[in-house]
Amino acid sequence: MIRSEVLREIAPILRDRLVVCNIGLPSQELHLIDDQPSNFYMLGTMGLSSSIGLGVALAQDKTVISIDGDGSVLTNFGTLPTIANNVADNFILLIIDNGSYGSTGDQPTYAGMKTSLAAVAKACGCENVVECQAKDTAEVLQAAVDSKKMTIIVCKCESGNIKVPVITKDPVVIRDRFMTAVQS
Amino acid sequence: MSISTKIVDDFVANGVDFVTTVPCKQLAGVIEEVESRDAIYHIPANKEDEGMGLCAGAFMGGSRPAIIMQNTAIGVTVNTLVTLTQFYRMPLPMLISYRGELKEPVACQVEMAVHTKALLNQLNIPTYHFHKQEDANELDAILKYTFMCNKPVAILTDATFWGGY
Ligand SMILES: [Mg+2]
Repeated sequence: MIRSEVLREIAPILRDRLVVCNIGLPSQELHLIDDQPSNFYMLGTMGLSSSIGLGVALAQDKTVISIDGDGSVLTNFGTLPTIANNVADNFILLIIDNGSYGSTGDQPTYAGMKTSLAAVAKACGCENVVECQAKDTAEVLQAAVDSKKMTIIVCKCESGNIKVPVITKDPVVIRDRFMTAVQS
Repeated sequence: MSISTKIVDDFVANGVDFVTTVPCKQLAGVIEEVESRDAIYHIPANKEDEGMGLCAGAFMGGSRPAIIMQNTAIGVTVNTLVTLTQFYRMPLPMLISYRGELKEPVACQVEMAVHTKALLNQLNIPTYHFHKQEDANELDAILKYTFMCNKPVAILTDATFWGGY
């Protein structure tokens, strides 16, 4: 399974949640598959999906799911100790780990080589870390939502992309409708 | 009242309840003050762009965020300031230690100091420079201005302001 297939499977779980989605193809794919006002699409700033999501989770009570990539987590490795030491039980970090920088042409990342993001997350002090295969993502994600415990999921999937249009929505519109969903 | 207490009092009075920090020797007192307040969630960041991501999220979650950092961080955060904070039009007061100014003992700090205001100017970031302690009397108005216009705003605080080394 590739990332877009994973997103298609978990879309029904994401639908009613606050979602912060990583820059590039992940946001474009989620936008195509099931655009929701409760989705915050990152149009720039690689690496900060987990930081933004943690900030939202710490500021209010609704469940927040940050969708991140292996490349983006590698870019912002400092996020994992911050997450570990600032526990928000309404926060789930879903790292879709396809071992490549998907949005830039599938160049391999170190996460697809010797580096285990799940092991790194555990070493950073994250308490609930689950590594799963792509086909089990929906089940694992639903269990994490139900557990009401901060959870880091590393979903191992194949690299590969589908053709998707870029997001042309104005960033302030994306932000405003997300904030309205937060307050609803 | 210490200047750090006064600064954090102004934060609290303006509803700032989420503060991320990356330390600087000059900022040690104000960071300690932030940590001591029940009204503020203090979340140390490992890098300033990470901190700005946390602040963006906290703002969208309904908090009023602020970041405390050194001016060297301007070199780290240009992309985040432009493509996150400014692009999505979010407020962010940035209390910045202005290293490399008068009374600076470390030569290397001057190298970033000479670029600090030029970079902030290039980024169209409203910038205030606290040199004397009474300059902090404007902080309350600066915070109100920041949350009125939804922009990142820089408050540069130099060694003379903090009482030298
Ligand atoms: Mg990837």
